[in-house]
Amino acid sequence: MINLTINGQQHELDIPDNMPLLWAIRDVVGMKGTKFGCGIAQCGACTVHLNGVATRSCVTPVSAATGEITTIEGMADDPVGKKVQQAWLDLGVAQCGYCQGGQIMNATALLKRTPEPETQAIVDEMAGNLCRCGTYNRILAAIERVSTEEASS
Amino acid sequence: MSRFNDTLLLANVSRRGILKGMAAGSALLLAARWDLSWANEQAQFGAGAMPGGWVDDPNVFIHINTDGIVTFINNRAEMGQGIRTSLAMVAADELGADWEQVRAQQANADQEKYGNQNTDGSRSMRHWYDPIRRAAAAARMMLEQAAANQWGVPVHEVQAEVHKVVHPASGRELGFGELANAASEREVPNREALVLKPDSALRFIGKESGLINGDVKSAHPKAIDGEDIVTGKAVFGADVDLEGTLYAVIARPPVYGAKVKSVDDSDALNVTGVNRVLRIEGTDQPGAFNPLGGVAVVASNTWAAMEGRRALKIEWDLEAAGDNANYTTDAYRKALEEAAQSPGKVIRQSGDVDKALEEAATRVSATYYMPHMAQAPMEPPVAVVRITEGKAEAWAPIQNPRATREGIAAALGIDQENVTVHQTLLGGGFGRKSKPDFVTEAARVAQHFEGQPIKLQWSREDDIQHAYFHAVSVDHLDAGLDSGGNATSWRHRTLSPSITSLFAPDPEHKAEFELGMGFNTMPFNIPSIRLENPPAPAHVRIGWFRSVYNLPHAWAIQSFAHEMAVAAGKDHRDYVLELLGPDRQVHNLTVGDGWNYGEDPDLHPIDIARMRRVIERATDEAGWGRETSSGRGLGLAFHHSFVSYTAVVFDAEVSDEGEVTIHRADIAFDCGPQANPERIRSQMEGSVVMGIGVALQSEVTFKDGVAQQSNFDSYLIPRMPNAPKVLRVHLIDNPNDAMGGVGEPGFPPVAPALCNAIYAATGKRIRRLPVGNQLS
Repeated sequence: MINLTINGQQHELDIPDNMPLLWAIRDVVGMKGTKFGCGIAQCGACTVHLNGVATRSCVTPVSAATGEITTIEGMADDPVGKKVQQAWLDLGVAQCGYCQGGQIMNATALLKRTPEPETQAIVDEMAGNLCRCGTYNRILAAIERVSTEEASS
Repeated sequence: MSRFNDTLLLANVSRRGILKGMAAGSALLLAARWDLSWANEQAQFGAGAMPGGWVDDPNVFIHINTDGIVTFINNRAEMGQGIRTSLAMVAADELGADWEQVRAQQANADQEKYGNQNTDGSRSMRHWYDPIRRAAAAARMMLEQAAANQWGVPVHEVQAEVHKVVHPASGRELGFGELANAASEREVPNREALVLKPDSALRFIGKESGLINGDVKSAHPKAIDGEDIVTGKAVFGADVDLEGTLYAVIARPPVYGAKVKSVDDSDALNVTGVNRVLRIEGTDQPGAFNPLGGVAVVASNTWAAMEGRRALKIEWDLEAAGDNANYTTDAYRKALEEAAQSPGKVIRQSGDVDKALEEAATRVSATYYMPHMAQAPMEPPVAVVRITEGKAEAWAPIQNPRATREGIAAALGIDQENVTVHQTLLGGGFGRKSKPDFVTEAARVAQHFEGQPIKLQWSREDDIQHAYFHAVSVDHLDAGLDSGGNATSWRHRTLSPSITSLFAPDPEHKAEFELGMGFNTMPFNIPSIRLENPPAPAHVRIGWFRSVYNLPHAWAIQSFAHEMAVAAGKDHRDYVLELLGPDRQVHNLTVGDGWNYGEDPDLHPIDIARMRRVIERATDEAGWGRETSSGRGLGLAFHHSFVSYTAVVFDAEVSDEGEVTIHRADIAFDCGPQANPERIRSQMEGSVVMGIGVALQSEVTFKDGVAQQSNFDSYLIPRMPNAPKVLRVHLIDNPNDAMGGVGEPGFPPVAPALCNAIYAATGKRIRRLPVGNQLS
């Protein structure tokens, strides 16, 4: 049995140790906000927070997912996550939206660690999250919008 | 997925009545000045020429509930272009709805009811803007009539305001919700009686809002799916969650046309969670939208299915693939380059090109290569199908609902009436999801599981190795210049496998619609022109990728025009403006283009003035001619496609190590009237970023018929560091021409503009894409 704590809820699952967290979340727990994009940690669509650290769930076996897992569904309850979501809406970041959950998870982890990151630090940190629609300029602007709000608050 | 009551409250489908007191002949004069009369759509162009045509019945598209909630039924695929928001805004504006009370519901596949649903060709807004406005206007007039009747006053004394109808003389008012039942009793007004709102009364259509080149001056009406996307609630194909779902993946033949010789599934069946292994029949070539065949593994979750697939031992019959098993792109490129040295099928000719080339003071020649690419939407193909008692129900992210329905019906041998297709949000499409092969695959698997939903998931490796690939292309150009550097002749040979090879024996030549994507519609005013198309056979599945053959045509023509300017010793912008010649409208038929994206050439000719204006705007905004530091330069390209006009300028720097940094990109765009400028800007931004990948990174190569790239570690697409540091979109205010496309036309000139900037920065001419490590 595998025990996962997702967005504060405990789940006891009868799954193999080596099942990637992504598929446990999606297919077994049934939460669909975390997306499959590549399966090899190249695109970031599957990003969740594991004890606050942005983690690619597609290459993280459930046996290693000990502690607090937070998914995009839990971001509205996170003060920084909520600001990031609002900035995404204010700037119309999303096109198709498929990657944006992962982008928001990655951006939120960055902003929680570094509330006012340099532009280059944002670009470096977000380089692992692909967006085929090409919304990078708006993603960057949205992260800087949250960061500026932090600086002025 | 449905979160509203879809009761039809505007239920009267009759068009018998003509509202009295309305001067029918003058009604459309009040319309926004870009509105075509519906009569134009009945011609064999535009929406009227599409399968299923157009529909403007308000009962089909607009539901008003008694609580005032307005539900817009969206008949086009939402794949990131924002059509669910933009078309709903058009309807809400004409109806007078409060945006906070507008919802969208996705139509199922039913072209008889909803009109054409095939979402490609950058057509959604230009084909549906008018019918949806008419539907909304009719609904508004029915609300007004209902109010007038209730108050016992003539209808001309009442007017719709935001979400209510008022009678100014008495100060009475009724909300849309209060009027919904009575309005549903009204007859739908005749088209001739419709009065569209004047421009001055519009709140959303054509209005700039949201993020404009770095600033938010006014909020954009909230995107229909925005909240769901940022909270993880949006339902894409793989997010459809049905009780008792089984999960499937398929091992497909590594070479197009190969078949399963034998399979040993004993290890696969031992994988925990694996339920069953099935052979899926392929179809003979040409394969159209049919499955490639292979071996399906069905399991209790996606990961188990993938692990089971890994454990399969399959022997493939490569002989069934014939020549495709020898397909190696390196050799193919050389063969096409060789073929490009000889004349081909003549597509367009004026003057004596050979003589003019011989007599030229300077001759410029170049051969350009663009590789295969995969569309690679972030959401790989996926579909859910359940078959119960001979009826199939599918949920899938598909651009072409009709073809999806046909594909399932044909695969199962049942009538289309017994196939229901629900269209989910698409996690990107870019042409890949125009082909519903993956839904038919799911149906083939679901056939074996009566009543049980099958979710068929493609991995990223499946997506990149078994795409409908963007055609590989070789374009060879020769130009003659006189002693003053003026162009006297232009000869262009284009070679690429045709998409039509999917559907019929390979013609080895481009079809009219493929040539019409910027090849014969080349806009330059040169005395002698000959355009040729030598043969090029297909060895993989060739398919649409955003803007399709415009990509290689624009890349070759726009690179070559720059090479001519360099040879002439002239400024690139000045030179291309001379090449374009005087402002004029070129009728498509005069250049041999009988297609014109399905649009009427009288309404959508090739307009040189519009081309010139985007060039001038992009270069002016970019500060064309300014000094740049060493290793840095400006590059320009422009293109006309999907009856819209685009010009792009890059400011790029190349380091000593060959790394490209893009300081700035300026894209100027003229699509005629703009329904939702905010989403037009986002499409231009996305086109620039995706085009950077075409220039610098993306390539699928084949060896012995097998794709050599398999995931985002080998098939490279742009990441945030590749994006321009500054990205500016300049929309041309042009409400007077007919509406053009938006999703694709920003894309074709991006790669050549960047390559021209690289030349300006380094003196190194890129003739083979992607740039890759050519600069190091």
